[in-house]
Parts: sequence; C-alpha cells; structure tokens
Amino acid sequence: MLVEIGHFALILAFLVAAVQGVVPLVGAQARSRALMETARPAALLQLGLITLAFAVFAHAHITSDFSVLNVYENSSREQPLIYRITGVWGSHEGSMLLWVLMLALYGGGVALFARALPQSLRARTLAIQGLLCCGTLAFILFTSNPFARLLPAPPDGRALNPLLQDPGLAFHPPFLYFGYVGFSITYSFAIAGLLEGRITAAWARWMRPWMLLAWCSLTIGIAAGSHWAYYVLGWGGWWYWDPVENASFMPWLLGTALLHSAAVVEKREALQRWTVLLAILTFGMSLVGTFLVRSGIITSVHSFALDPSRGIFILVLIATVIGGALILYAVRAPAIAPGNPFAPISREGALVFNNLILSAGMATVFLGTFYPLFAQVWSGVKLSVGPPYFDATFLPLMTPAVAAMVLGPVLAWRRGDLVGTVRRLSPALLGAIVVTLAVRAAVGPAPFWALGGIALASWAMLGVIVDLADRAGLFRTSPATAWRRLSRLPRSSYGCALGHFGVGVLIAGIAVTTAWRSEQIVTVHPGQKVEIAGRTLVFDGVTEENVANYREQRAKVVVERNGAPVMTLTPERRFYPIAGSATTHTAIVTNGLADLYLALGDPDGHGGWVLRAYFNPLVPWIWFGAAIAALGGLVSLSDRRLRLKLPARRSAPAVAPHPPTPRDLSRGDPTAEPG
Amino acid sequence: MKRLFFFAALLCLALAGPAHAVEPSERLADPALEARAEAIGSTLRCLVCQNESIEESNAALAHDLRMLIRRHLAAGDSDREVVDFLVHRYGLFVLLDPPFMPVTYLLWLGPPLLVLGAGGVLLLRARRRSDVPAPPALSAAEDARAASLLGES
Repeated sequence: MLVEIGHFALILAFLVAAVQGVVPLVGAQARSRALMETARPAALLQLGLITLAFAVFAHAHITSDFSVLNVYENSSREQPLIYRITGVWGSHEGSMLLWVLMLALYGGGVALFARALPQSLRARTLAIQGLLCCGTLAFILFTSNPFARLLPAPPDGRALNPLLQDPGLAFHPPFLYFGYVGFSITYSFAIAGLLEGRITAAWARWMRPWMLLAWCSLTIGIAAGSHWAYYVLGWGGWWYWDPVENASFMPWLLGTALLHSAAVVEKREALQRWTVLLAILTFGMSLVGTFLVRSGIITSVHSFALDPSRGIFILVLIATVIGGALILYAVRAPAIAPGNPFAPISREGALVFNNLILSAGMATVFLGTFYPLFAQVWSGVKLSVGPPYFDATFLPLMTPAVAAMVLGPVLAWRRGDLVGTVRRLSPALLGAIVVTLAVRAAVGPAPFWALGGIALASWAMLGVIVDLADRAGLFRTSPATAWRRLSRLPRSSYGCALGHFGVGVLIAGIAVTTAWRSEQIVTVHPGQKVEIAGRTLVFDGVTEENVANYREQRAKVVVERNGAPVMTLTPERRFYPIAGSATTHTAIVTNGLADLYLALGDPDGHGGWVLRAYFNPLVPWIWFGAAIAALGGLVSLSDRRLRLKLPARRSAPAVAPHPPTPRDLSRGDPTAEPG
Repeated sequence: MKRLFFFAALLCLALAGPAHAVEPSERLADPALEARAEAIGSTLRCLVCQNESIEESNAALAHDLRMLIRRHLAAGDSDREVVDFLVHRYGLFVLLDPPFMPVTYLLWLGPPLLVLGAGGVLLLRARRRSDVPAPPALSAAEDARAASLLGES
C-alpha cells in the first residue's frame, strides 16, 4: 500500500511538473501575475511529492520489502543498515529518483529563497526547472519505475554490489548528484534570461549562490569518488580517466568556467552571451554524463544496466534540452546587449583566457572519451583512448591556465598592467623558484614534469599569499591597519583565494605522489619483513572470520621504524557469498604528508600471501586541495552581497572589485564597501 | 560484439577476486627490464576488462600478456617490437595511447587546433575593440577620499 502511495506521488509530481512547466511560461508571456504566481506553489508541491516518493522508496529499502523488485535486486536481509540506506541510490532506478529529488530541491530552493527576483524571471526560471523535472519524471515512470512490484515476495534479496558496500559510496553519489543537478538551475536561469531578453549584472548575482552550491557539491563529490577509488581498488591509483570520472569532470570543467565568466557578468556586464551559452552547455554535459553512465554505450566499471530503451529516451531528452536551448539561443542571443569593452590585458581578459582553457580542456576530455565511439562509427576502426592520451593533452593544456590563475585576481578590471602585476607578485615568483631548486637539491635528479608541477604549485599557493599580503599592505603599514584591511576584504575574495590555493595544493599532491611513490609487491610468509620508505613491515599472518554478510580475511602487519613497532595495520579481503564476489579493504595510514598503503592479495597456496605496500608521498594533498577549493566556494557563498537585497539597477555595477581602482571609488557611493 | 565484451568484462570482474595487477612471481629480476615492462604494460589495454591497463588488471588475459611482454623483453626485443607484436596480434584496440595516424588526426590535433583557433579569434576580436580609454587622472579631492577609504588616513 505504502509503495503504491509512493508511486502515485511520483505520478502526481509528474503532472504538477507539467503544470509548473507550462502555466508560468504562458503567464510570463501574457504578463498575467496570477498565472506567474502558480510557479512557486507548484515548485513546492512538486518538491513535497517527490520527497514523499523518495521517502517511501527509502522506507522499502530500509525495511527490506522484497515485494519491491528494486529492493529485491539491490538489498538483502543481512546487509547492515547503512548499506540498506545507501542501497537506495545504489541502483539505476534509485539513483534516478535521487536525481529528480535534487532537481526538485533546487526548484523548491529558488521558490523559497529567491525573493528578490523579478516575478517574470522567477516564473520563467521555475517553469524551465519544472520542464526538466517533467522530462526526468517521465523517464523514471516510463522506463525505470522504482516501485515495480515482485509478487509473491521472495524471502531474501540479491544484495547490493559488494563494491558499493562501502562508506565512501554512502556519500559521494549524493554530493555528485547535488552538483550535477545543481547546474540545472543555472540552465533554467539562462533560458529564463534568454526569454526575458536581458542578461544583466543582477541576473548573474541571482544565479550566483545556486551556481556556487552546485560547484562546491560537485567538487566534493568528485574528490570523494576519487578517494573511494583510491582506497577500494587496491593499488593506490586515484584517477583513472574512466568514462564515468570524465562524465563528472566535464561538467566540473565547464561549471568552473561558468563560475568565472558569471563573475565578469556580475562585476562588469561583459561576456553575457558567452555565459548563457556556458550555462546551457554545463547542464548539457551533466546530462551527457548521465547518458554515458546509464546507456552502457561506453564501457566503464560504473555502468548499471544495458537497456537500449533507456538510452534512446535519455538521448531524446538530451537532444531536446540542449538542442532546444541552442535554437532559443540562436534566436534570442543577438538581442542581448553587447558587453562593456575591455583590453586584452585586464581581469576580464584573464577570465576569458581561463574560460578558453577550461572549455578546451573539457573538449579534450570529451574528444578522448567519445573518440573510440566516433572512430568505430565512421571508419570501423576499434580504438582505445586511455590515460596516456589525457596525460599528453590535458595536462599541458592546463599548465598555462594555472600559471595565469595567479595573475587574474591581481589584474585590474577593464585595463590591467601586466608588468606591474608580475612585479607585485615577484615574491611569489621568487619563492616558487627557490622551492623548486630546494626540492631538486634535496631529492636529486627528478623528472622535468615533476619539478614543473612543484614550481606551478608553489607559484599558485605563494601567489595567493603574496596577493593577500599586498592587499593588506603588510610591511608597508602598521599590523593593525593590515589586519583591518584583511578583515574588510569581502568573503568572495577569500573564496577566490581559497579556491586558487586549493588548486596549488592539489597540483603539489599530484606531482609529488606521481613522481616519488614507492611500492613493494611481494609474497610474504608469517614473520617475514618488507622494507618500504624507511619503514619495516612485519607480516604477522592472516585470520579468517565470518562477519555480517561477508567472510573476512584479515592480515596483521606491524609497522616498525628504527626497530621499534609503531602501529599495526590490518588490510582485508572480503568475500560476499550472495553476490559471489570479493572486495579489497586496504589499510591506509596517513600523517597528512604521506600515506602508507597496504593491500592484501591472493594466497599462494603454500602459506604465503601477496602483500602490496605503497608509500605515496603528498597524496593526501590531492583531497586536501579539493576540500580547500570547495571550502572557498562555501566562503564565497556566505558573502554578504548574496544575502542582501540588491540595490536598484544601475547602468554600471557600483560594486567595486578589490583592490578598488580609483575610478571605481570615484563613481561608487561612499557607503558601499568595496567588493 | 559489444555485448560479448560486456559479458567478458563481467566475467572478469566476477572471477577476478581482490588480487590486483602485477604478481610478485611475474616480475623480472632485472629492475631496468622490469621498469620497461611496466611502462609498456601501462599503455596496453586489458582486452576483456573495462578500461584497465594490463598492469592494473587481474584478469587471466592480462597476466598472460604481462608474461608475454616480459618474455619478449628478456629475449632482447625492443619496446617498439613488443608493442608492434601485440598490435599485430590484437589490433589498435590494445593501445591505450592511440598512435598518430589518419583515423586519429582529429583526436590528437583537435585540442591544440581548438585552443589556437579560439585563441586567435579572441585575440583578433580583442584587437578590434581594444580602444578602451585609460581612466582619467584623479583630482586631489578624489585622491584624498581614495586614501581615506583604503585606510591610509
């Protein structure tokens, strides 16, 4: 009964979404307040209905109601509670339900919190969001019904894929989806803006909090997914250029570009058309990502199910969402007022460069991911495109962008002074050279790219610090003045600083761990010792035990330094009898600067076991970097101008960038804080 | 064909168990030779797996290919000869690092052409409208206000 209520709620949500997608649009066109006002209650009602459906579905999973086909296929009685919960989105149907819940959440969020929006813009934004929900709900209801029954109910289920029975899985998909789907709202804002025929600084500011939320969430999701792969796959890799990783990386790249180009719209009213196009393509990439994962047309570890009817449905959905938007763009974009001019060397110019590189990077990832498919269709040649291709194309592409990333926030808007900027940042440049030379002196010969990575990383990190110190006037004024200036800097500049600093940390982690990781892969017998990175590992045998829904083989390895034991690590293997498969549970110990990583391999049949030991220096910095960048997004999200009502529209934005140029000060109102 | 690959991959996942990649028994005694073997192996696709190189994979085929590479290297073959042998046997699909040839021109030239093309267009457009006037100099009163706002008073 409960399950049917969930199903009906979903059908009702589909109908409400259809109303939400049509009536406010008509209202906005006919300038009817009453019709436009339907958007908010419809968005909230729809959110309520989808939440109800999701709750019912989750309830069926948690209570192991095997009369629901999806529960039978993805859960079992012995599964611990946490994996009965995460199993809710561990299947295709469940993850689509989560996806549409996120869509409705963003719609509901705009309906509730975006009060400052003009009525017509809000009505149109919510209507587009409603149409997106409508399409997704149709997909769920017609091709992937999560509430399909299985009668009579079997006594036990087939259990969740053991690879997915892991705490990492509990958190990374919801974050990923919240990020992916978050770009639906920027898409809706873009379409609404096109329909309005006006893309202004205010438009960019209204869009900004939602965009930041989506971006932070996607960043966290990708980092968490990468960390999950790192500890679950058992050989210390952390990024595989797998199609599914690429699927989340492509919207991230475009989303990052969008974040920056929207800043130009907000501050300078330039790049409006490009920003709208970017918003459309970013969500397009989120959809393509979904398609990639669901359809099975590209082989990947993550594919849920091969079902042509689903693939075709999603293909039509993508074609409609992207194609429709692009047609609208072609018709309406010329009507958007051209942006304010700027010189090539300026903050705008730097942000355009950033957009160029990030978009080209996205195109590269896209090309590499889909090329095997294209090549086979066009010429019948079966090709593979793997990590060597991405390393050879993507990394060199990103290098100039990171180098320029430091200059961007220091350049003035409109017309910047490159020489002066580099001079202001010269301590960072000097510092980066010193750090690189010091590393070279400390470790001896090193690959060129590793030193390049270190130089780039230190330039990025030091650049942020030098810029902040420079803005505060450190060493030029009294410490009290410097402190006052720092505390007056708007949160968004701290967000930018943290974001860029995080990139530096990330690059340092990647360069160092790739260049200097060490490994020992050996067959060991109890009592045997293995040396790695100045540590001695003493293998103490393997014990077997039945735990919950799996059988566990647990090795005991004592780590010794200078002859004294410091800790005991227990890498495990788990065998899941219901699923008939096994997983590795690595033992990782970190001190923030390096990981000692142990994975247990197969027994050799004569009392010996394969032990894989890795020492990965600076690998935690990869995730620290991503976390710092995401934190930057959150700090930026808390900026006061996003919480305050927007002042009346002006011909030019009065909000000054920092450091405020004299011209901005002469024009802005004296009460406004810079930024 | 695709379906076949999928099932092969599933089989590979199901049978593989948690052992991973290179086994100690496979490794060559000569570290230089072993390093070459690993470098070659990481650019070759495990044909029955999903997007794994033969160095990372634990499928039986990957094991066989690892052994094959090591035998060839130990027999004195060059890296090039080993790779050519495998391409001859399994086709281009085995290469994770696709060679530069007519069918991959777009793949390899796409990214640089895109950057150069788009960058060129942007530069041309920027040159056409780079007549941004320099901000006028400030009056003494404005200077004073700027200084006070900047906290230098």
